[in-house]
Amino acid sequence: MLNLRFHPCGNFNESYEKELTIFETDFGRLFMIVGLILLFGVVPFISSEYILYILNIIGIYAIAAIGLNLLIGYTGQISLGHGAFFGVGAYAAAILATKAGIPFIIAVPAAGFITALVGMIFGIPSIRLKHLYLTIATLAGQFILEYVFVQWESLTGGAEGISVTTANIFWIDLGSDRNFFYVIFICFVLMAWIAVNLIRTRYGRAFIAIRDNDQAAEGMGIPIFPYKLLSFAISSFYAGFAGALFAYYMMSITPEPFNLWLSIEYIAMIIIGGLGSIPGAVFGSIFIVTLSEVLSYATEILMNLGTSTAAGITIAPLREFIYGLVIVLFIIFEPKGLAEVWRIVRSSFRLWPFSY
Amino acid sequence: MEFFFQILINGLSLGFLYALAALGFVMIFKSSSVLNFAHGELMAIGAFLFLVLTTWAKLPIWLAFILTLAGSFSLGFIIERFFLRPLIGEALIEVIMLTVGLAIMLKGLMLFIFGGDIHSYPDFLPESLTFQWGAIEISGVYVATFIIGIIFLGLFGFFFKYSSQGIYMRSVADNQPAAMALGVHVRRVFALSWAIAALVCAISGIVLGIINGINVHEVSAIGLKVFPVVILGGLDSIGGAIIGGLIIGLLETFTGGYISSGLREVIPYIALIIILLIKPYGLFGLVEIERV
Repeated sequence: MLNLRFHPCGNFNESYEKELTIFETDFGRLFMIVGLILLFGVVPFISSEYILYILNIIGIYAIAAIGLNLLIGYTGQISLGHGAFFGVGAYAAAILATKAGIPFIIAVPAAGFITALVGMIFGIPSIRLKHLYLTIATLAGQFILEYVFVQWESLTGGAEGISVTTANIFWIDLGSDRNFFYVIFICFVLMAWIAVNLIRTRYGRAFIAIRDNDQAAEGMGIPIFPYKLLSFAISSFYAGFAGALFAYYMMSITPEPFNLWLSIEYIAMIIIGGLGSIPGAVFGSIFIVTLSEVLSYATEILMNLGTSTAAGITIAPLREFIYGLVIVLFIIFEPKGLAEVWRIVRSSFRLWPFSY
Repeated sequence: MEFFFQILINGLSLGFLYALAALGFVMIFKSSSVLNFAHGELMAIGAFLFLVLTTWAKLPIWLAFILTLAGSFSLGFIIERFFLRPLIGEALIEVIMLTVGLAIMLKGLMLFIFGGDIHSYPDFLPESLTFQWGAIEISGVYVATFIIGIIFLGLFGFFFKYSSQGIYMRSVADNQPAAMALGVHVRRVFALSWAIAALVCAISGIVLGIINGINVHEVSAIGLKVFPVVILGGLDSIGGAIIGGLIIGLLETFTGGYISSGLREVIPYIALIIILLIKPYGLFGLVEIERV
């Protein structure tokens, strides 16, 4: 039965099933289908190579950010090691592809599972640690993994890294940006769908219960530690999956990009997007990737404007300054993130002539 | 044996430096439970302020030192007032991320003004401070560090133990609602703790600058090294910060000296994870017992 009515002006749910529905009306479903058709049918054909590259990066980051939001936003375990897990996925895929000759379609999920295992190992301290202590333990994990990337030269190639051959699924070559766009965004839609539905299951509810009050959750009979580990595993799976896509897309990986800065960028994404919201993670990755592209574009223009390159070098750090400033302003003025802005915009349309 | 002693001395002086840096960190944490990621940047600001006052403005050392302390003190106030106060009562992750954003901002600003080169202070330490004992030589810089460190540790020890403001700060750390009910001005305590922390940061930044020269990247890396130190000692223990600093310093120099220099950078973090698995609240941290 089609449910073509408008949103009510308040919360009139009568059953728990209604509370859990993703689409309150069929218009939402319709908009999503239109959006998907636009994404897959129109966007790849009208965008230039550069725009496609940025979209692909956004897609990869969004997958990892969704994973981090499951861990931080839903389970409440702050992790500063997400960038390193992303790197573990990238290295796992690259090693599987080059040393074992495993095809793309198996290597990517396998990299996800390997990363999930690594994530569980670094999630073990959460059995006794909470809050700040856990945060610092994951920070230690970040540094230890970075060290492993550089020092385990027989496997990771040290500072020179690994170059990966072009990915192909059966006979389709994925060398071009457009073909890879389809791979990334099909994975993205799938992973987002899994995440949205995961939150509605008993596992998702257990995660939220642990976030809100772990003592009460344990009192209600939720075994906290297995669920925390599960959350670490799922979040690392997302990171590893995204990292594997990144390795194939970039075709060569070095330890350089998977540093603490990347972990911080991921946290910035989910905070700016909105903690505890799957669309928020997507908004955040769009925002952060666009911001850093715009900033580097702006510095490039300023560098060319300056009479010498010396002026350009002194301008470059201002980019970092603006980046930090944006994060700070967002946290002070809209701590709930872009997802909240989106909700406000939508509800003001919904309530439009008769807002109360 | 001589090599061993030299490493021991190096480790102790490095550890002392870490302890000094960790002190400001623990100060903020004790009174406002904020994990400050901008710590290294605050140290760098103090060090650069001193640099500007001594080499560019050519003030006498003692005047420059006092002005630097005053400047950092007010900077701490400003940071607390404009950035941290709107976040009282917000989630932990947002406060952490705010200090991260602050760190990125300050670092970018300093790189913009001073560039990424190493700057160094004019030589103002007297020669007679160099300490010679048999074959072991401790350079005057370390002796000066040691003296400065002891003086300030003593001062802060007395401040926390006997002055009314120090007692207010401890009471807020212990139980915020109870302190509020007894009439402690909690917001003023927060502001004061940030100001004092910035001041301590400036001192450790200056000491660091005297020893190594100041480089924005290097100082902010030391700001990150503070985390294993404070966690090792327990986040809210001043004595723990000192002992944690010494342990981490010794661990680093001994690993660097005897095993490999690559391992030197991560050994603090490996030690950190092992300690946390055995003692979740660090060596001297306040153990919070929770039972269901």
